[in-house]
Parts: sequence; C-alpha cells; structure tokens
Amino acid sequence: MHLPTYLTMLAAAERTLAASHLRVAGGHTDEPDVRYTCTGFAAQSTRNADALDPIAERYAGRRQAEPDRLHPRGLTAVRPGPVGLLRDLQDLYQLAGLVEITWTLVGQAAAGARDRELIGVAGASGPRIGAQLAWLRMRMKAAAPQTLLVAP
Amino acid sequence: MDSDRVADIWGARTPHGAGAPWPDRVDGFLSGGIGEDDVERWVRSACLLCSNGCGLEIAVAGGRIVGVRGRAEDRVNHGRLGPKGLYGWQGEQHERLTAPMVREGGRLVETDWDTAMARVVERSRALLDAKGPLSHGFFTSGQLMTEEYYTLAAIGKGGIGTPHMDGNTRLCTATAATAFGESFGCDGQPGSYTDIDHCDTVFLFGHNVAETQTVLWARVLDRLDGPNPPRLVCVDPRRTKVAERATVHLPIRNGTNLALMNALVHELIARGHVDAGYVGAHTIGYAGLEELTRDATPEWAAEICGVPAADIVRAAEIFGTGERVVSTVSMGFYQSHQATAASCQVNNLHLLRGMLGRPGAGILQMNGQPSAENNREAGCGPALPGFRNWDNPEHVRELAELWNVDPIVIPHWSPPTHANAMFRYAEQGSIGFLWIAGTNPMVSMPDTGRIRRILSGDQCFVVVSDGYRTETTELADVVLPAALWAEKTGTATNVDRTVHLFEKAVEPPGQARSDLVIWLDYARRLGLTDKDGAPLPAWNTPEEAFEAWKRCTAGRPVDYTGLTYGMLHDRGGMQWPCNTGAPDGTERLYTDGRFPTAYDDCETFGHHLATGATVSETEFRASRPDGRAVLKTAPYEPAYELPDEEYPLRFTTGRTVYHWHTRTKTRRAPQLQEAAPSMWVEISEPDADRIGVAEGDIVRVTSRRGSIEAPARISRIREGTVFAPWHYGNPGDEDPTDRDAAGRDTADTAANELTINAWDPISKQPEFKVAAVSVVRVRAGDGPAPAPTTTASAPVHGTSTTNRR
Repeated sequence: MHLPTYLTMLAAAERTLAASHLRVAGGHTDEPDVRYTCTGFAAQSTRNADALDPIAERYAGRRQAEPDRLHPRGLTAVRPGPVGLLRDLQDLYQLAGLVEITWTLVGQAAAGARDRELIGVAGASGPRIGAQLAWLRMRMKAAAPQTLLVAP
Repeated sequence: MDSDRVADIWGARTPHGAGAPWPDRVDGFLSGGIGEDDVERWVRSACLLCSNGCGLEIAVAGGRIVGVRGRAEDRVNHGRLGPKGLYGWQGEQHERLTAPMVREGGRLVETDWDTAMARVVERSRALLDAKGPLSHGFFTSGQLMTEEYYTLAAIGKGGIGTPHMDGNTRLCTATAATAFGESFGCDGQPGSYTDIDHCDTVFLFGHNVAETQTVLWARVLDRLDGPNPPRLVCVDPRRTKVAERATVHLPIRNGTNLALMNALVHELIARGHVDAGYVGAHTIGYAGLEELTRDATPEWAAEICGVPAADIVRAAEIFGTGERVVSTVSMGFYQSHQATAASCQVNNLHLLRGMLGRPGAGILQMNGQPSAENNREAGCGPALPGFRNWDNPEHVRELAELWNVDPIVIPHWSPPTHANAMFRYAEQGSIGFLWIAGTNPMVSMPDTGRIRRILSGDQCFVVVSDGYRTETTELADVVLPAALWAEKTGTATNVDRTVHLFEKAVEPPGQARSDLVIWLDYARRLGLTDKDGAPLPAWNTPEEAFEAWKRCTAGRPVDYTGLTYGMLHDRGGMQWPCNTGAPDGTERLYTDGRFPTAYDDCETFGHHLATGATVSETEFRASRPDGRAVLKTAPYEPAYELPDEEYPLRFTTGRTVYHWHTRTKTRRAPQLQEAAPSMWVEISEPDADRIGVAEGDIVRVTSRRGSIEAPARISRIREGTVFAPWHYGNPGDEDPTDRDAAGRDTADTAANELTINAWDPISKQPEFKVAAVSVVRVRAGDGPAPAPTTTASAPVHGTSTTNRR
C-alpha cells in the first residue's frame, strides 16, 4: 500500500512547512503579525507532525516504492521588501495548501482502512492547516493593493 | 464648589440601595477670584477628558472660560465632575498653537493658512496624480466631534478613496468594537450606566475605573456604601482603589487574561450556572465553547495566572449566583495579545447566564477616549460609516448613494487599514502623505524609537493638526492650529451610547480653526466632487454635517435620526438608537435577545479568534446565526514576549487619574500637573528588595527596544510586574534638535520606549501590557517618587494621605 509513503511524506511536509514558517518569521521581523503568527503556525505544524509519527511507524513495514519528486520543497531564503514578503507568503500558501490536501487524502484513506486513530488525527490536524491557509489568504489580500500598486 | 478635588478624587458620597435613583450632586469649579455673579453665560456641553462624557455647563466671562459646573439633569453624572473635568479646561488657555507652521530649512516657521494649505494640497495632489489614493493615510483621534469624523470619512473614503484611515482609537477602544462584532454581529454597547444603580454583582476586568472614569467609580462607590451593596470582583495586577473594595481581587500575571476567562467559563458550565433556555434560544456555538474550555480548570489557570485556584472558583461562583451582574472591561484586557478572545469571554459569561438587556444585567465594554465611540461609528476607524460591513456590497452601495459617488471609489476589498499597518506603509514610503489630527503618536504609539524614525524621515510628508506643539508636531512638515473643546460646536457619544451636544463657548485662539473647517477647506482646495460634480462633502456647518450623519445612520443599529441639536441642548445626554420607534432614545440593547447577526444587518462576519483569519460570507451564512449571538473563544497562548534571564520582569503601562493621554491639556492645568508632575515607575517590594532599590531611587528600565530612567515607587503591585504611566514623553523629543545633537545628557522617560510592536490578531490593538524588562538601580533620588499617593500608585509603606510632596 502507498499510505505509509504518504504518512511519511505528510509528516516531513509538516516539518518543512514549520521550518518555512520560521524562516519567514525570522526574515520579516519588521512585520510583527507575520513574525508572531508564523512562529505560532510553525509550532502547530511541528505538533501535527509529532502526532503523525507513531501512526506512520505503525504502517512502516508495508511501504511500496514511492513516486518521483515525492517531497515538497520549503523556503530556503526570504525575499526583501514588501513584494518579497508577498511572494514569500505565497510560497507558504502553496506549501500549506499541499499539506492541507494531503491531510484530506490521508483522512480518506484512514476511513477506507477503518483506522480510528488516523481518522481522529487527520480530522484535527487538517482544519488547523485550513486555518493557516485562511490567515495567509487574508494577510496577502490585505497587502496586495499596497504592494502591487505603490510599494517602493 | 471649592473643595480640593485633587485630594478628594471622587467627592462626597451619596449612597443608595439597589434600584433607587442615583442622587444628584452638583460639582463645579471657578477660577480664583471669579464668583457666580461674575459669570456672563453658562454654555451647555459635556466633559471631553475621558469616555464617561459627564454633562456640564461652561462658565464664560469676558470672552474666556472661567469655570465649569456639572448638569444635575444629565443621565451620565447627575451633576458630578471628576478632577480632570473640574480643572483640565485651564490647560486650553496656555501655550496654544495660534498660527500654521511649515518646515523651512529643517525648522518650523509660522505662516498663514493660505501658504500652509497650499503646501498641503500641492503635495497631496501631486501624490494622488502620481501614485493614487493608496499613497494617503489619515491618523486621527478619539477626541474630535462626530461631525468631524464623518466629514473626514466622506473625504477619505468617498472622495480620495483610501482605506488608510484609522485613529488612536486603535490603541484604546478597538477591542471593544471587535468583541461586540464577534459576539453580537455589530458594534454597540449593550448596557447602560444605570445598570450600576440596579446590580447586585459587578465585575471589573482590567479596568482601573477609579482613575480612568472617576465619576463612574463614584457611582459604584455610592452602591458599595449604601444598603445591599453589590459584590465586586476585580481583575488587575495592581492593588488599585477598585481592588481595595473587592470581594475577590484576582491580581493575575499581566498577559494571562484568556487563561483566567476560559477557566471562569469552564466553572460556569461545570457548576451548572448556564441558563440553558437563553443559550438555546439566543446563541450559537455553545458546543464549541464547551469543548474549548473543557480542560481550562481553575487549577490549570491558577498555575498560569499566578493566583489561588480557590479565588478563581470563588469569582466564578459570584458570577454564577448573581441575579443582576454588570461587567466592565478595559485596557487591561484590550491592550494585550489575546484581547478580543478575552473580551469575548466576558460577553460569553453574560450570554451563558442570559445576563443582559435588563436593569442591572449588562455589559460595558469601555472606551478609552471621550469620542472614541464616534470614530468607530462614523467610519474613520475599523468600520465603514454607520457600522456598515465592508464585505457587504449592499452596505457599500448605500454609502455610495449617500455620498453620490461610484461604489468603486469606496475601498472595500479589505477591512480598513489599521494604525500599525499605516505606520508600516509610512515607514516604507508607500504612504507618502500622512495626516495626523488631534493625537500624539510620538508618546502614545508603541516603540517610540521606531515612530520617531518614521515621522522624521523624508519618505513621508507629515501634516499634523493639533491644539499644541507636541513631540509629534516637532517632526511634521506642516502644522495646523486646531480649535479645541468649547471653541467649536459638535456632538460626541460616551461609553453607554449617550450623545451630548458640545456647544461653542469661546473663540479659538489666534488663527486656530476647527478640524471640520480645516478638512472642508482641504476638500474644496483639492476639488473633491461627487459624480455629478457637486462639492464633496456636501455640507459646510456642524449642524449640516450632523444632519448628513443622521441620514447615514438611518436603519442601522446606530440610529441617530430622532436626535436634533435642539433636543440635545434642552435635555442633555440621550442614548442612541433614537428614532421614531424610540423617540427618547434606548437605554439597553438586546432586551429581546435578538442580535444584529442576520446577513443584512451585521457589521462583520467575524473572525477565527485564534488566528484572526476572517470568517467568509459562506461560512457565516452556513453557521445560521440569524439574530442569535455567537459564543466563541480560543485556546490561551502565552504573551508575545516572556520574561527570561536577561529581562526577568513583566512591564505594563497604564494611566493615572490626574492626566489625560499625553498631557497636552492636563500638564497645563496647575492642580493636575502638580499632582503628578513627572515620570515614575512602580515595582513591588520583593522585587525592590532583590534589586536593592529604595523608594525614590532612580532606576533604569530596559527592554529589547530601549531604556528609560525614572524614580521608583515601591507600591503594592504584583511581584514580577513593573508598571509605568505612559503619559510622559521624552525630554529630548520636545525639542528634537537637542536629541539629534551628540552627547545628549537627559535620559529617555517615555514608557513606550520599552513596549513591543505587536498586536491582537483581530482588533489589531497594540500589546502594551507585557514587555520583558530588566530594572537596575542607577543612583539615589531626592526624596519619594513623584507618583500620586491617593491612587494605585500609593507607596507600600506610605502613611501620607496627600499626593503633594
């Protein structure tokens, strides 16, 4: 089955998302809402990954060959200035979007596998990433006119 | 009329029992040598030195104000006035700005209105042509008149079309507005001050009312000293005068409000104090609230908040068993990292018990400033005028119709820009024209060093209209002299929706003009018009502006249509909504348990309280509030900046009874200035012993942003917490040429040198209540700290009953 591969990928993607949040938080300290919110999201994504680890461990013996380019890439550097911030937030949005849909897909598989523990974890973790997406969306929408029309 | 109300802050008691009317007590003060017979005219108005809005009359002789007296018939104060109301007006008679000033060769020089306004309009027009409306920002006040706010809203949102309009109300009252929006769908105070007269229980959450609204505290004292006094619960890390009268005082660690509130809700549910009938009929979200508070036991919260679990249990029991409970909420909750969530939990306590909409059962989410409410209502702050929803196209269309402009002009793609973001845009230069009116961000905004860099840089053209030279005017490109209270006519609305008419009593000094006149002049010179080419705004006088404002409020929860200048003159304060259905105004909102949460009515669809992400229209409609209130909370999170080894103490800022804001008026009123002449900081006795500090020693308080030096007052504040009043600026900012010179020898004293630049995710109200600091002793002082001894600032070992040294 491919679920073990997806569980491993999801836990890794949550940690990549956490690291990317921290990179953005640390690279845009003059934007306090970004700094503190992304720091909080990083902790949340790390907790999500930690909750998934024991379940992934349970499935570990049943792995099949994984697809190419399985793992998403995180942010390796932040971009300066208002438009750089906007573009960084878009990267976070893209990464969080992948994590969120992966929770949905894993939740579907969990239902098919009648795995109550995984159903519970997916049901709790997925919406938390949904909330991250909602915040990123709101923050980018608020910044877009100023950034795209008048920012230096 | 002559008692010393600096020493006797709340005046003589007039005790009464529950349900009896609050007796009249007329306070007054006339300048030395002036008798009642010398007064030529008494002009009707109200006090504009806190959000209480006490009705008063201004004594005029020889074209000057010579005194004030309270209006016995006014519902807010029944004749009483506090120390600032009695003495503060004198501050308007000294050191006023009397001529416009423009910056020439780095210095401000006096000029005439034509020259100053030409410079303003030239820069404004050039930027609008080159970069468009998003290059403009307007940062206003909580001390102007409704007519002025509404006029600026029409200019900014209908004429220029910029979303960048906010007030210093963001610093004082934004959370009150958002807490109402989240819980009830719309801004608007549910309760009434008369609830104090009826209640059997009163909770004060982060509200040192004894100093911030002295006449409201006098009202509470008259119940506490009468028959069947209410039980009182106080949440405040300082031993305030309120705390001294409390049945239970919860001196929690600053920054832990939401942990306490979640535990209080937990207890209410666990002990069966919920009115299931009310909750079922009039709320949504109960299951989520129960789930999010399930683990928030008193023991859990006690650990976080640093107070005994038994006291939390006792407080919850008092709330749960009261039959008529009033809660007030203020800056201790609002200026913190989870401000909206904590304030919503106060609303939730009342909703869970069905404890609102009847005499004695009410919520008073406080305002800081006298007309903060009007900034919220009229659309210079977080909402569109008339509590309209920026996310509701029909609301935007109504506004466009009122102003006869194309709806596309009115910015409604996002919530109006909050002050923190505006200053960030000004820092980056994408706002290149910033107009600051009636406020002094160089003292009031967090992280003073950053504000100084923003306002003194070349990237943004700064216009300041004010009554005085301030730390902020000194950094402006153009300074415009503004008329103040009693020098113009207009209306303002207090905490409990009471509208007063403030009538002009005297002429403004020199060339000073009202903000209304200044903004209309700006609009005419800029050539702002509606879509048919008629001048915008379409009014010229205060009363015309008021009539236009009334049309804007028609059909909205904030309905002014039944009010006229004549009625307000005759009767004194009246509460909105006031219309044909309620011609005498409305004492309490939500008496029938119906809330403005229907799609067509609501001001906001709300937010997710943990992150601040907006609730979408689809989510909102799916939740089917349909006139029911919304119960919601969030898990507790620690403050943004926590104490560590280097900065081991929790710094908080606040107010003293004798000063108003950045002291522009009160420092120029001798009685008030003498009562609290200069900066101090308060620390607890155990902390003082540990650091080796004695009363009056000069200490240096340092955070990651900066440091200040001031005499230490050893007070009964919570151990681990350091308090400083934020009223005082830096000596070096009153004349910035001093600051720029190398080798400046005066230390900074402004509390906001230390505060953190961060805010609540929903209200965007800055965090002033927790910053990690260190305290070291610098040298001996010359006597006790210059802090009042009549208030929460009293020394721990003081016997003196006067604040005078």
